[in-house]
Amino acid sequence: MVDISNIHKTYITGNNKLHVLKGIDLKVDAGEMISVMGASGSGKSTLLNILGILDNHDHGEYILNGVRIENLNERKAAMLRNKFLGFVFQSFNLVSFKNAMENVALPLYYQNVKRKKRNAIAMEFLDRMGLKDWAHHLPNELSGGQKQRVAIARALIAKPKVILADEPTGALDSVTSQEVMDILTDINKNENITMLIVTHEHDIAKRTQKTIRITDGMITEIIKN
Amino acid sequence: MFDLDRWQEIYHVLSKNKLRTFLTAFGVFWGIFMLVIMMGSGDGLKNGISQNFGDMATNSVFIWAQQTSVPYKGFTRGRRFDYENADVRALDEAIPEIKYLAPRTNVGGFNGASNVIRGLKSGSFQIFGDYPVFDSIDPVNLLQGRFINELDLKEKRKIVVIGLRVKELLFEKDENPVNQYIQINGVYFKVVGLFKSKRTGEAASFDNQRIHMPFTTCQKTYNMGDAIGFFNITSKDGIQVAIVEEKAIKVLKKRHAISPTDDAAIGHFNLEVEYKKMVGLFLGIRILVWIVGIGTLLAGVIGVSNIMLVVVKERTKEIGIQRALGATPRIVISQIITESVVLTTFSGYFGLTLGVGLLELINYLLDKSGANTEMFLHPGINFNVAITSLAILVVAGAFAGMVPARKAVSVKPIDALRYE
Repeated sequence: MVDISNIHKTYITGNNKLHVLKGIDLKVDAGEMISVMGASGSGKSTLLNILGILDNHDHGEYILNGVRIENLNERKAAMLRNKFLGFVFQSFNLVSFKNAMENVALPLYYQNVKRKKRNAIAMEFLDRMGLKDWAHHLPNELSGGQKQRVAIARALIAKPKVILADEPTGALDSVTSQEVMDILTDINKNENITMLIVTHEHDIAKRTQKTIRITDGMITEIIKN
Repeated sequence: MFDLDRWQEIYHVLSKNKLRTFLTAFGVFWGIFMLVIMMGSGDGLKNGISQNFGDMATNSVFIWAQQTSVPYKGFTRGRRFDYENADVRALDEAIPEIKYLAPRTNVGGFNGASNVIRGLKSGSFQIFGDYPVFDSIDPVNLLQGRFINELDLKEKRKIVVIGLRVKELLFEKDENPVNQYIQINGVYFKVVGLFKSKRTGEAASFDNQRIHMPFTTCQKTYNMGDAIGFFNITSKDGIQVAIVEEKAIKVLKKRHAISPTDDAAIGHFNLEVEYKKMVGLFLGIRILVWIVGIGTLLAGVIGVSNIMLVVVKERTKEIGIQRALGATPRIVISQIITESVVLTTFSGYFGLTLGVGLLELINYLLDKSGANTEMFLHPGINFNVAITSLAILVVAGAFAGMVPARKAVSVKPIDALRYE
């Protein structure tokens, strides 16, 4: 599903060059659930961003679901993100002026699905997250756990191949974190969606099938859980 | 197609900081408001001045006799002379560019003593002897009866056509003046027509105090011999009346033994030159109005562009989220441009409406108060201009949104997402 080899990434700020990823090779099969761990600054978020086509790599090869990701224009990248990828962020990143249902329906809006239809689908997904009664609430009226569940519903609605989660439990308490992980593992099992979770919590990492440790821009360890 | 999500976003963006939106909108509003008011006022001024011309042929020249100022062919300077009937034919033959040639005489000067009497009523009016063509040069609205015709001229009929004010002063209110007689300098004339000036204001009241009689009748009745008071000449269409003017003066100088270098002997007034000066003036005013108006509008539009830049900056993260979820640059750009167009069009439309409303109010008040409209009449802007300025607004709004929109998509999605 995800196949990267020898990925390099360097950030240039002024005169400073920061070599963040120093040749990453990784193969993730369809339906795998993998966690990525590492100290801050190790490059784990950068890797996730490159996998999410939110950032581009300088060197190396990235094949996502059989599509070679290279020199894409923004339009193409946006369409690939919409079609193949679902994002879950630490800070939820819900659109503040849209209610839960509209937030969930947003990826379908970009696919030009009719409003009525996409809202109906969004309601289904919210229902699965147990948030049907909160559908018409704005994000600031929801708790952290609820917000993350809305975000997960949003990541799922376009039926992506891969879900990329950047510290999905980073802003949640331990109980809610476990709930969110329950949901993610359920999705992984039932829908066979590939999942990459960046985290620095061992509890969270343990619940995935494989943990990849990144140190200084290189994969140093792969642990089977 | 109506897209609720898009409008929801526009509403969100514009209502987030209401004061800022209002102030930005005010810039555009003020620009178009000023443009409308200035254009309307320019038109009002033009209408006011133009009314003094009525339907008068603007390609006309007046030529009259003064005193010579240069001794010539044995004549001393300071000689007085009159034009005579033979000059009419001579001018006609010598100048093919003439369209209408109307020799005229007049009895008594401006504001003379009482010269017209009817029963116990009397008044002082301007009396002209005219050719029928005069009605083609400076047309009037005939209210009753007819104007002078060729037969009147030929038979030297003692008939007159009177202005509305003449009728008001000499006749009862419900009296029909046609076929009635009035006495002018001791001679009775039959009234055959009643007219009203096509001008308005002071110029009209002047016209309405005129009495026209056949040219030949005038000469004969008042012992003028074949003397002509002055000529009123128009040129053929497409020919500058100045050409006719120059030729006519040359012919007349030759016929009346006036030195070619004598500029004072023949008085002349070229209406076309005056008219062109005026047209030029109004063109100038118009250009100035457009420059100032567009400048003000531009300032408003730049304000919109500026604010959109701020809005885009504030929404960087939000736009980043949308892009992560699959919003293409096209969607983001069109969203921002729509916001900008909505803002400019809405405020501009408001300015346009209010401007037109104010002009209408001024119009109404001017009409109602019966103020002297000599210089200012019916301010208003024409429909095309209003539509054009609206179109300019929409385009300007789109341009105002362009830079911010480009800026919004020039950021990498990940940088946008990280932005705090």
